Amino acid sequence: MNPITVSSDSRPSPHIPKHFPTVLIVSLILLGASILASLAFGSRAVPFHDLIDGLFRPEMDSYEANIVRKRISRTVFSLLCGAALGVSGSLMQAVTRNPIADPSILGVNMGASLFVVCGMAFLNMTTASQYIWLSMTGAAITAIFVFGVGSLGRGGATPIKLILAGAATSAALSSLVTAILIPRSHVMDQFRFWQVGSVGSGTWSSISTFVPFLLVGLLIGFLTSPALNALALGDETAKGLGVKTGTLRLIAALAGVILCGATTALAGPIGFIGLLATHVVRLMVGPDLRFVIPLSAVAGAVILTVSDVLGRLIGSPGELEVGVVTAFVGAPILIILAMRAKVRSL
Amino acid sequence: MTLTPNLIASSASVEYIRAGRRKRQRRWMFVTGTLALLALVLCAAMLMLGNTIYPLDQVVRALSGEKIKGVSFAVSTLRLPRMLAGLFAGFAFGIAGYTFQTLLRNPLANPNVIGITSGSSAAAVFCLTVLQAGGAVTSAASVAAGLATVIVIYILARGKIFSIGRLILIGIGIQAMLDAVISYLLLISSEKDVPAAVRWLSGSLNGSKMSELPPLVAITLICTPILMVMGKHLHTLELGEQTASSLGVSTDKTRIALIVCAVFVVSIATATTGPIAFVSFLAGPIAKRLVGTGFHSLIPAGLVGINLVLAADLIGQFAFVHRYPVGVITGLLGAPYLIFLLIRMNQKGEL
Repeated sequence: MNPITVSSDSRPSPHIPKHFPTVLIVSLILLGASILASLAFGSRAVPFHDLIDGLFRPEMDSYEANIVRKRISRTVFSLLCGAALGVSGSLMQAVTRNPIADPSILGVNMGASLFVVCGMAFLNMTTASQYIWLSMTGAAITAIFVFGVGSLGRGGATPIKLILAGAATSAALSSLVTAILIPRSHVMDQFRFWQVGSVGSGTWSSISTFVPFLLVGLLIGFLTSPALNALALGDETAKGLGVKTGTLRLIAALAGVILCGATTALAGPIGFIGLLATHVVRLMVGPDLRFVIPLSAVAGAVILTVSDVLGRLIGSPGELEVGVVTAFVGAPILIILAMRAKVRSL
Repeated sequence: MTLTPNLIASSASVEYIRAGRRKRQRRWMFVTGTLALLALVLCAAMLMLGNTIYPLDQVVRALSGEKIKGVSFAVSTLRLPRMLAGLFAGFAFGIAGYTFQTLLRNPLANPNVIGITSGSSAAAVFCLTVLQAGGAVTSAASVAAGLATVIVIYILARGKIFSIGRLILIGIGIQAMLDAVISYLLLISSEKDVPAAVRWLSGSLNGSKMSELPPLVAITLICTPILMVMGKHLHTLELGEQTASSLGVSTDKTRIALIVCAVFVVSIATATTGPIAFVSFLAGPIAKRLVGTGFHSLIPAGLVGINLVLAADLIGQFAFVHRYPVGVITGLLGAPYLIFLLIRMNQKGEL
């Protein structure tokens, strides 16, 4: 008889945040609205009945209905990319235990860009399915480097150290990218097309290239979330709870890099989605990653799709790349975080 | 009886301090002289080198107004403005960067990192592409935008306790937003303006014209003495806020005057040549390293800035098969140094 044996079912039952059902419903409604907006708006707005025609009545062959059909692949692609970036942000924040970790802030986007440029310039690569591995390698190497530099010295990876390491690395990599591009005008055109490509380049073939990576990344994200919750309590506590912190970090970071690397390869560098989505979600449902990670996927999808619509409307008759919109919408979050942070925790 | 050894000791230590002071002074003179000489050599090289290499005597004769076929046009119309733009912009970036770094007691706090350059750039791109404005309007707008950016960052970063980390984070955020604005401006501007704007954005001395230089020259000449005089206080500020105010320096007034001057200088330089990456960041630490502590290194920082810009421009023009704008070369040199500096600061726990 041992009264203090802790069996697994004597743990507190999974506590569902108070607002979770409401937040879930609201975010699903927003998701629906953003899908409709993405189908309907653009350099040419489509009235509602044509939207319905385009979606559900393939026999209708009006101009508007065809526009809507063209926009379907783009919308699906932006939803998937948004979800990937949202989860990637949550995972990176959890792994680095740092509120400002985001692929763009950590310089990961720029690392992916450099590798893609090298692929274009030196290996004559031309298709996205070729870039995707390079992009991911670049993302992974940069992430490790930035985190390594940022966590040197006392106090580990504090936000300010991490962000400066990311900014410095981005600056170094972007000068390299420029230096490679300037003498090679054909690569410059190709690269600018890739960089500006944004989600507008989303075709069904790029979606099918993307989905396997997305699924792997999301699956790892969802599966590791309980363990990552323990990591949030500190390394010692997590170890005490039986979590292999090193392995966990590696797997979760890998998932984060896969998600953002694949997105960058196909949609070009898009920043701040992970930061914005994760913080909005956390504000709503609290820090429990089992809820934050799935909801970040939804929030990321909504934010990216809405940003894409905004980019189409603001940039009309052309379009403003979605990365520009997300930077403008997402950077204030960084400023707010910096304003609210205590001096010591910077 | 106990006084005598003390007196001897103290007079000996005074002598020791004086000797050290003289030594540092000599070092300052030596370093500054060498930097100035190097800058002069680079200036001459800028005038002599090009598609055709002209000997020094021909260059001098062309500059003094003599008409020599071919030489006069190449030297006076093409190379002289380029050299002068590099000279003054380099000096301006150097002294402005040094002022910010000393003022905020952090080498990372420079106009590049905290987003002031982006503010000036956004305004200049707006003037170039949307308003199609001339040099004077562009300069005025970028100074105004630079000041506005500083004010916004300062207000946002003020908080209860001033923290340099907060300031840098907010600066990076503001910079991301301003860069988004620049991309938007490039998108809506007409196609023929885009190449000029892009070339300008990467920081380039190409196509510098004599007519664009007067604002930069004037502002640099006005602000440098102010920064030098205020610099004495700056030195005291380096000891920390409380020490400085107890030594009788009005910290707020000094700080505001210094910031306004430095922003003026850096914005006008940015409007003229575009943001030449990392010069304002590199010049200060290099100058300090050369001069050593204890002496004001504003002028050496400016000279280092000149040397960096002119040397990088020469490298960009002649070292490779393809010509690179100066900003790309300084970026390639500066960014690794920034990473190195970060690694060292992190190891020492200075951040």
